[in-house]
Amino acid sequence: MGNDFVVPAIVAVTLVTVGIGFYGLRLARTTSDFLVASRAISPTWNAAAIGGEYLSAASFLGIAGLVLKYGVDVLWYPVGFAAGYLALLLFVAAPLRRSGAFTLPDFCELRLGSRRLRILATAFVIFIGWLYLVPQLQGAGLTLATVAGSPYPLGALLVAAVVTANVALGGMRAITFVQAFQYWLKLTALAVPVIFLALQWQADGRPAVTPPDGPTFRAATTVVVEHRATLTLPDGDIREVRPGDELTFAAGDPVPDVSGVATDANDWLLPSAAGDDDRGLFATYSLILATFLGTMGLPHVLVRFYTNPDGAAARRTTLVVLALVGAFYLLPTLYGVLGRIYTPQLLLSGQTDAVVVLLPEAALGDGLAGRLLAALVAAGAFAAFLSTSSGLLTSVAGVISTDVLGRGSVRGFRLATVIAGGVPAVLALHVSGLDVSQVVGLAFAVAASSFCPLLVLGIWWRGLTDVGATAGVVAGGGAAIGAVLVTVLGPPLSGWPATLIAQPAAWTVPLAFTVMVAVSMATRRRAPADVAATMLRLHTPEALRMQ
Amino acid sequence: MAKQLPDVGSSGAVPPPRRSRIVLAEITRQDTRAERTRAELAQQTQVGEALVRGLVRAQLALALRLSLVVAIGLGGLPWLFAIAPSLGRTTVAGVNLPWLLLGVASFPFLIGVGWAYVRLAERNEQDFTDLVQRPER
Repeated sequence: MGNDFVVPAIVAVTLVTVGIGFYGLRLARTTSDFLVASRAISPTWNAAAIGGEYLSAASFLGIAGLVLKYGVDVLWYPVGFAAGYLALLLFVAAPLRRSGAFTLPDFCELRLGSRRLRILATAFVIFIGWLYLVPQLQGAGLTLATVAGSPYPLGALLVAAVVTANVALGGMRAITFVQAFQYWLKLTALAVPVIFLALQWQADGRPAVTPPDGPTFRAATTVVVEHRATLTLPDGDIREVRPGDELTFAAGDPVPDVSGVATDANDWLLPSAAGDDDRGLFATYSLILATFLGTMGLPHVLVRFYTNPDGAAARRTTLVVLALVGAFYLLPTLYGVLGRIYTPQLLLSGQTDAVVVLLPEAALGDGLAGRLLAALVAAGAFAAFLSTSSGLLTSVAGVISTDVLGRGSVRGFRLATVIAGGVPAVLALHVSGLDVSQVVGLAFAVAASSFCPLLVLGIWWRGLTDVGATAGVVAGGGAAIGAVLVTVLGPPLSGWPATLIAQPAAWTVPLAFTVMVAVSMATRRRAPADVAATMLRLHTPEALRMQ
Repeated sequence: MAKQLPDVGSSGAVPPPRRSRIVLAEITRQDTRAERTRAELAQQTQVGEALVRGLVRAQLALALRLSLVVAIGLGGLPWLFAIAPSLGRTTVAGVNLPWLLLGVASFPFLIGVGWAYVRLAERNEQDFTDLVQRPER
């Protein structure tokens, strides 16, 4: 692609990120500044930073790609990503802040006083963090390859290097400013082009999103296939395509049916209906459970709550985050819908994750406006990779430096950052074939089956014991991790096993809760003696606290 | 005004009388019943324990009630679309109903529930604070 604005835009975003990082470095003087920003951050900044950190490659690119590919059923992704903050607000936000825990392992030790559980939680934080980091780096590689024609590893390594250096040198204070800036950049990068796209759609005579004869190519198109697929051509011929195959279509040609993609208008437009097969409904509910309950267990989300001054502020901040994130999620759907009209070739090539970055030029042409808007979107996408990776890296590095290396110093944190950033960078180079949103969905499922029950029961139920918590995390989280490994490494499955493994939350979350409660009741005598004092601390307003 | 300074240098001197400081807080601290309730909280007497249990139960009931609202309001949708496919074909202003409900309406709904929770949770805490500080009520 010959857009000469894209690379400067990406370079600018990266430089601003690094620049604010160094500005923050000047302000970060003590270890406390470095790790928790000295709690001197206003709720609005904090909320924008949380939103900026949360809106990842999966939100910015993945949702639009999924909507393009599968239609209405995947709208549960954005709804669930936003609703996760409501669950966090209702069950976790204020008590967690009052507990004074900085990370999930801190919370385990504080509530249950168990070293073993702390080590287990550390392992889960690192696993979830890396599982979530890989698709971010992968999205960066894919975006740079799509818009600038660079080799895939370049984008992934670039983002990994920038983020590792920035976190290692600037710490949390720096990234709070970076994240808040990046929330607004991401919102702008989707909101401004969508206005132009809507106007263009009007000017084109409002072409139907689901024409009665199926989608057609608006212009002569050559498609290079990226993933294996089976095509059903309009005349009924069936054709297998392999990566590297080139297909040429003239303007007005219908888009062939692609296996595994909702090419048919009704599949795409209407929710999956009940009938002889309930797998679609099961997968939908599983996805809802994973996203609603998984957010509270993501390591980079919880760290942020420590920067609120008190529990009430944590609650208000969460509400602002919910509003900011909800406003953002109105936009990706529109890109997916317009992609049906302007970029149907992505259905064939399999690169649906690229729809957001390709749509402006596909719809508006490669004039000045189209190229500038494409550059803006690419910059927003890079903001998404940089901010989410920074947040994840900070929390994984924090856990590694305190729990694995056993050092609380700034130097220890820097060493931990290099370790925490290096591993996913290597992994990202080897797994370019995975679907960005699918991997992120699995990370949510693991978080929802391990940390969600631990937090909810730990905060609200006095009867939780260290043995019960450990057993629940091992059973539920272990089952979810098993499902992830089978999905990533195992053989392709079909039928019910495939559904149960691809969307495991609907059985792993209840499993975790049940095991945790049952084992805790069986080991009732191990409940911590200071549980009443902990409950007092978690739930009473700070104004009453006497020290 | 001649002030007698303690003689630090010489050994064997009688230590000067301990200086006592009177601050306003001690004068205003007359609400002993409120003090006692606060102390009961801190020392985990049965009264304090019961107060905290009441607060935790009220907050949990509130959170569960609002999750039920979301579970029915949003969680009921896939089931509803599955048993009544005609609903999916209904269009409002040219857009199919499921797209509008999920893509647009769900976000203000979630924010509304969150807003209600923050208000009600803060009210629960205020009630608790009032109870602790003015137990005679």
